[in-house]
Amino acid sequence: MYAFKYAKAKSVADAATSIAADPDAKLLAGGQSLIAAMKLRLSQPSALVDLGNIADLRYTRIEGDTLVVGAMSTHAFVAACADVRKAIPALAALAGDIGDRQVRNMGTIGGSIATNDPAADYPAGCVGLGATIITTKRKIAADDFFGSMYETALEPGEIITAVSFPIPKRAAYIKFKNQASRFALVGVFVAETPAGVRVAVTGAGPGVFRVAEMEKALSAKFAPESVANIKVPADNLNADLHAQADYRAHLVTVMAKRAVAKASE
Amino acid sequence: MAVKVSMTVNGKSVSHEVEERTLLVSYIRETLRMTGTHVGCDTAQCGACTIHMNGRAVKSCNILAMQAEGASITTIEGVANADGTLHPMQAAFKEHHGLQCGFCTPGMVMSAIDLVKNFPDTTEQQIREQLDGNLCRCTGYHNIVKAIKAAAADPASAKAGV
Ligand SMILES: Cc1cc2nc3c(=O)[nH]c(=O)nc-3n(C[C@H](O)[C@H](O)[C@H](O)COP(=O)(O)OP(=O)(O)OC[C@H]3O[C@@H](n4cnc5c(N)ncnc54)[C@H](O)[C@@H]3O)c2cc1C
Ligand code: FES
Ligand code: FES
Repeated sequence: MYAFKYAKAKSVADAATSIAADPDAKLLAGGQSLIAAMKLRLSQPSALVDLGNIADLRYTRIEGDTLVVGAMSTHAFVAACADVRKAIPALAALAGDIGDRQVRNMGTIGGSIATNDPAADYPAGCVGLGATIITTKRKIAADDFFGSMYETALEPGEIITAVSFPIPKRAAYIKFKNQASRFALVGVFVAETPAGVRVAVTGAGPGVFRVAEMEKALSAKFAPESVANIKVPADNLNADLHAQADYRAHLVTVMAKRAVAKASE
Repeated sequence: MAVKVSMTVNGKSVSHEVEERTLLVSYIRETLRMTGTHVGCDTAQCGACTIHMNGRAVKSCNILAMQAEGASITTIEGVANADGTLHPMQAAFKEHHGLQCGFCTPGMVMSAIDLVKNFPDTTEQQIREQLDGNLCRCTGYHNIVKAIKAAAADPASAKAGV
């Protein structure tokens, strides 16, 4: 790791001031992605602004028909939270299956979606549920937030403060894990939301994407057989030592079928 | 540049000047000279460096010492009683041959104590799933799982806390 300066932010406003003052500074949440990247010298911030002490960013609450999760809520916190387990059990299960227990005790929702790892779980949950990302500057629909790998709509100095999830009628997330890293080789989040059925896929492509054909078929009939014969084209999918593109395309259909079955339980 | 870091480690207050980039595991091993916490991979994969920070198992190779500022830390050196009697989890690992070379063991024990605290009526399946973050190259895990199950059932575990 290259040397850097370090400051603990006392509040979101304090963090916003520090981060605006130095274009090469970075926010630090749980550090579970950033510290690894810094060790590999893939990331060389001049300074870290640590959000770890801002207790007001660690909460979940029900607001009308949405569930709001503070940006610094750890994966373990979200997985165990009674509100989340009741309102959106699929989201609690998703958080409870990220990485391993030690990672879940540190890693946060804000850090995960700001990273937008192409195999991360939360992007599928956010897009699948039609979430809104709330920042210090604006509100961004999940559909507009996630770009291609590691790209998001965040501007320099913009801080995620919370994510707001519309509570769905039913939802489920199924991932086929990469056995070594436990990231998604392919993960599919299916939800029947007040705004319609949504199907979001992570791990398969360069970024999270929706499958319109599956959404249409599930709107007509929410059952596993509705998606059983819908294949996504392998053309733009990831191919690496873990899986070829056509295998990932195959897994999208299988995971979608299982997610619909689970959501229908 | 140096910054001052202070925390409580195994019940004792400690405070030192460190570089901002000092990892928590380096602080524990090199500054505090407590080498029970191991470094197996240095990439947050193996769990050998697992310690408790404010009562939760974390990988100290993937945390900056500054992130633990003000925290209460427990390492493997802090789990046995002052008179040397083993923590019930350590005793169960010994009894059930839950270790061979012992390299992964400090991390396994710290992770297992946290596991049993969170899942008191744990099952074998759950132990295997929740032990995802700890790798062992020797035992094949079977005896580790047995040890954790036995420790979970031991009434002394609940009393031992940590
Ligand atoms: C062994 C291991 C296994 C893992 N397995 C999985 C897995 O199966 N699935 C999965 O999805 N993830 C996995 N992860 C990644 C994990 O979920 C990370 O916790 C997460 O990606 C980053 O969260 P963090 O809080 O640690 O963020 P950090 O590492 O602190 O930060 C990551 C990035 O986000 C930025 N950032 C942080 N917070 C904010 C904010 N509030 N606003 C704006 N920008 C912000 C930072 O500046 C930085 O660029 C794994 C990680 C490890 C080490
Ligand atoms: S040394 Fe920390 S996880 Fe391997
Ligand atoms: S006992 Fe040797 S690595 Fe686990």
